[in-house]
Amino acid sequence: MRGLFTKIHICLTSQSSKSQHCSVPIQTSRTLKMAKISIATVFIALISLLLTLTHSFSTENPTDRRILVLLDDLALKSSHSIFFNSLQSRGFELDFKLSDDPKIALQRYGQYLYDGLILFSPTTERFGGSLDVAAVLDFVDSGKDLIVAADASASDLIRSIAAECGVDFDEDPSAVVIDHGSYAVSGTEGDHTLIAADDFIKSDVLLGSTKIEAPVLFKGIGHSLNPANSLVLKVLSASPSAYSANPKSKLSTPPSLSGSSISLVSVVQARNNARAVFSGSLDLFSNKFFKSPVQKAGSSNKYAKSGNEQFVTELSKWVFHERGHLKAVNVKHHRVGETDEPAIYRINDDLEYSVEIYEWSGSSWEPYVANDVQVQFYMMSPYVLKTMSTDKKGLYHASFKVPDVYGVFQFKVEYQRLGYTSLSLAKQIPVRPFRHNEYERFIPTAFPYYGASFSTMAAFFIFSFVYLYSK
Amino acid sequence: MAAKPDATASTFSLKTLKLKTKQQEILIRVTILCLVYILAFVTRLFSVLRYESMIHEFDPYFNYRTTLYLTEKGFYEFWNWFDSESWYPLGRIIGGTLYPGLMVTAALIYWILKFLRFAVHIREVCVLTAPFFASNTTIVAYFFGKELWDSGAGLVAAALIAICPGYISRSVAGSYDNEGVAIFALLLTFYLFVKAVNTGSLAWALASAFGYFYMVSAWGGYVFIINLIPLYVLVLLITGRYSMRLYVAYNCMYIVGMLLAMQIRFVGFQHVQSGEHMAAMGVFFLIQVFYFLVWVKHMINDTKLFQALLRIGVTSAVTVGAIALGLGTASGYISPWTGRFYSLLDPTYAKDHIPIIASVSEHQPTAWSSFMFDFHILLFLFPAGLYFCFKRLSDATIFIVMYGLTSMYFAGVMVRLILVATPAVCLISAIAVSATIKNLTQTLRGKPAQTLSAKGAGGTRGSSKQQASVDQSIPLLKNGASVLLLGAFYLLSRYAIHCTWVTSEAYSSPSIVLAARGAHGQRVIFDDYREAYFWLRQNTPSDAKIMSWWDYGYQITAMGNRTVIVDNNTWNNTHIATVGRAMSSYEDEAYEIMRSLDVDYVLVVFGGVTGYSSDDINKFLWMVRIGGGVFPVIKEPDYLVNGEYRVDKGAAPKMLNCLMYKLCYYRFGELTTEYGKPPGYDRARGVEIGNKDVKLEYLEEAFTTSNWIVRIYKVKPPTNRW
Repeated sequence: MRGLFTKIHICLTSQSSKSQHCSVPIQTSRTLKMAKISIATVFIALISLLLTLTHSFSTENPTDRRILVLLDDLALKSSHSIFFNSLQSRGFELDFKLSDDPKIALQRYGQYLYDGLILFSPTTERFGGSLDVAAVLDFVDSGKDLIVAADASASDLIRSIAAECGVDFDEDPSAVVIDHGSYAVSGTEGDHTLIAADDFIKSDVLLGSTKIEAPVLFKGIGHSLNPANSLVLKVLSASPSAYSANPKSKLSTPPSLSGSSISLVSVVQARNNARAVFSGSLDLFSNKFFKSPVQKAGSSNKYAKSGNEQFVTELSKWVFHERGHLKAVNVKHHRVGETDEPAIYRINDDLEYSVEIYEWSGSSWEPYVANDVQVQFYMMSPYVLKTMSTDKKGLYHASFKVPDVYGVFQFKVEYQRLGYTSLSLAKQIPVRPFRHNEYERFIPTAFPYYGASFSTMAAFFIFSFVYLYSK
Repeated sequence: MAAKPDATASTFSLKTLKLKTKQQEILIRVTILCLVYILAFVTRLFSVLRYESMIHEFDPYFNYRTTLYLTEKGFYEFWNWFDSESWYPLGRIIGGTLYPGLMVTAALIYWILKFLRFAVHIREVCVLTAPFFASNTTIVAYFFGKELWDSGAGLVAAALIAICPGYISRSVAGSYDNEGVAIFALLLTFYLFVKAVNTGSLAWALASAFGYFYMVSAWGGYVFIINLIPLYVLVLLITGRYSMRLYVAYNCMYIVGMLLAMQIRFVGFQHVQSGEHMAAMGVFFLIQVFYFLVWVKHMINDTKLFQALLRIGVTSAVTVGAIALGLGTASGYISPWTGRFYSLLDPTYAKDHIPIIASVSEHQPTAWSSFMFDFHILLFLFPAGLYFCFKRLSDATIFIVMYGLTSMYFAGVMVRLILVATPAVCLISAIAVSATIKNLTQTLRGKPAQTLSAKGAGGTRGSSKQQASVDQSIPLLKNGASVLLLGAFYLLSRYAIHCTWVTSEAYSSPSIVLAARGAHGQRVIFDDYREAYFWLRQNTPSDAKIMSWWDYGYQITAMGNRTVIVDNNTWNNTHIATVGRAMSSYEDEAYEIMRSLDVDYVLVVFGGVTGYSSDDINKFLWMVRIGGGVFPVIKEPDYLVNGEYRVDKGAAPKMLNCLMYKLCYYRFGELTTEYGKPPGYDRARGVEIGNKDVKLEYLEEAFTTSNWIVRIYKVKPPTNRW
């Protein structure tokens, strides 16, 4: 019953459109007369709840649905409308709030109200409501997704959220990324803070299979990646000629960040497959940049439209799990010729291992096809490491012989590929030695010994007979 | 009406009870034996009455677990049991690495009781197995004493061994360990062998071989038998006591015993392949040479020729034997002596080379006080008994003398081997007591004729003079004898009192439940171990892996039903060293080790709150030594300050930050343990701890028992975003 009530609460709170539905049973259930009706309405409410649940984020349906957008200024809603509209057209429910709105809450009754969070509030020093750095990080740690856009003079709040994810924005608050080499040619000559970046990460999963032709316009601060963090990735790097400094003052000391070590846009995929995007520029997502033509300095190619829209859309598809989300199901193993999974294997058994891997296409699970999925038979180190063959319908399969070592082994599939969610399957299985009656009863090489012992026994018998009964 | 039949019945019974002296003696003897049998059982029940019917200590938990498995799954499953719950991830072949005698015995008793419709739990059987076998040992001791000396000595031996603390320490109810049945088997084997040597009977020798088989199946201490008996045979050969009886007894016992012992998987071919068993084989061949030489002597009647032949024969036999042993050892066919064996012969060996043996408290050299504690007056009666044995030297008394002397030496090397010496000490002391009392009572009864005839045989001259002296001395002798007799009874009663006191105070603690006296004299029970193991059983996933120091491995698997990394079966030194290394490393290094071993929980035992001194901090030096013995990154001097381990402010920085310290003292700095002392006062070591602000990064506290004795920590998963 407890679970049911919490579910109704979710329904009440998260689905404002359905709240009418739910309020009815709560009122009626007080009267015994209407008990029947109340059961019926609860039932209807449950069905509607189930319907909403199927639309929301789950392991079966990993794409995010409900996204909270926090803005500095409601004007951003219109100035970045193309981005927001593209999300809405893909089925996301966006909930726009001012970042200092005191009613902001990510969760209620222990349940998250949103599947994703977009922080377009680079200057906010404090969020309204109960939201703070720890709450945002908890949100990520419980598997939810995050887009953070910083800008020149980004607040400490945004910086600390980023730093906790391994993204260190330039500490100088007035610094922006300047590039005298690959700036975008624009009307105002001498302003090299508008950068035309085209050093993308080479990953179809992150940025889609269509190549982004036009450079991406970027105007904002750069960041570096914390070398201790192995999960953060540079998606858009600055060119070797870029550096991070205050454009208005003279450069007295060498810039702390320079060259292609500056990352403009980075992504993090946490161990629990939560995804986050960090951008040093809020304008990257703006309508203005989406539409503006771009010409990279020193290049004769002039593009009518910048690569921003494609870049941002593809990246948002990735971050909200419309792409690159794998699942492994039906892990099976058994001896060759059998179908049931044994509780224990014996050394030198021949076994078959299979697993089905599917990729989420945004609307359905499609078979994942690759030729590099490996299974390990592991006890402190892999004793067997085998690439699995696939039937191209999602089924991966390998058969091998259990090594001649007993112990507690694990079937391990550690599949970590750039952009994809990491698959880490481990299934423990003990391997026992031979039983006492599983050895060969007679081995040919030992026949001389058998002969010797049996002939001795016979001779002894004859000897005793002769000795005892011969006078 | 009613009185008459009663009266007739009583007269009838009285008539029938009119026994001859011989029958009376048998009756008394049987009664005494029955009483001793019961006494031996009853005196071991203190622990059950004080606490409850429970398994004690560490190893018995493994034995209990395996017995349970045996009774549930049957013998073949037990024989082939591959245990994946211990020594993760290596696993342990239980069937091939234990002595199954104890478990099979307990299971047989259980099955018999079940067949007789006694609904008992297997735990009760296990708890009472050791007292039951102690009772049986008294019967064997009686027959052994009878064989060595006379039935009086046998009775005294039975009574002495029934309550001897040296034996009780290992056989109280609940102490369900191999030694419980092994001492019975050991004494039985020796008795049957001595009987076989005395009679030259093939049947007794065969019985002795079966006794040996039971011993091999029960305890690794069988190595003592397989070395003592050849030594004894060798001594008889050297002293010219070779006889056909000995030849039959030894050959039959050795060959059949060896073949039977090979059926135990854990022993296997060791009888022909290991250095420890080679003495028996050498003596076996030597006795054949002797037999051959005796035959030759019988054939040729020339003494001089025979002397030459003897010399050549023995020399060549010894040479061939030595060459064979050398070749076998060099080719690796015969394994060299194990470290345990070495440490028996050389008490300092383990300390220098095998820290894992030296770390066990029962492997320490024995202190004088514990001899006194365990033997009491037997310690003084032992030499007296030896004197009597030497006075009446026979094949049997030579055996008991050798058994007594060798086992006394081993008892001096290792505390736990006092147990092996106990039967010998009891038997020899019984000879002393019995012979003395017999002499004294004979003097008291005044049988001058006997003494006279004995003396008269020596010298017949001056009979009148002698008569006079005897007449004078008899009253004095009688008084002296009665005083001495009283003294002997006083000593024996002191012994009985001492034994009972020791049993009740020292040897009946289960050590898994601790008892202490409270401030007002009331009894305080610390049941933290079982609390912790029960928590593990109830609150952790069933495949959780628990890392702890190896002492607690058996208990965790038996009571907590969870997988452990290492346990008390210390077969893999590297694995134990890995755990020792994790415990003595910094938290981040330890985390890597724990991740590689899939550890989910870490369990430590901490006595700082209760003053319980055998906790993990006091065992920590062994973790460092054993860890450092395999992984040189762990260096003992890093943990020492002026050569000692300290936990207070003066402790070494590595000590203050190693995993074991952190886990023991996590949040301990907030606790006031004793009135008038600062918070964080460690009562086990009597100091204020040096690092009160312990922060854990990779582990989190999962459970701490009510008296803080057991603390369990959960290993955190790797950080999500890094």
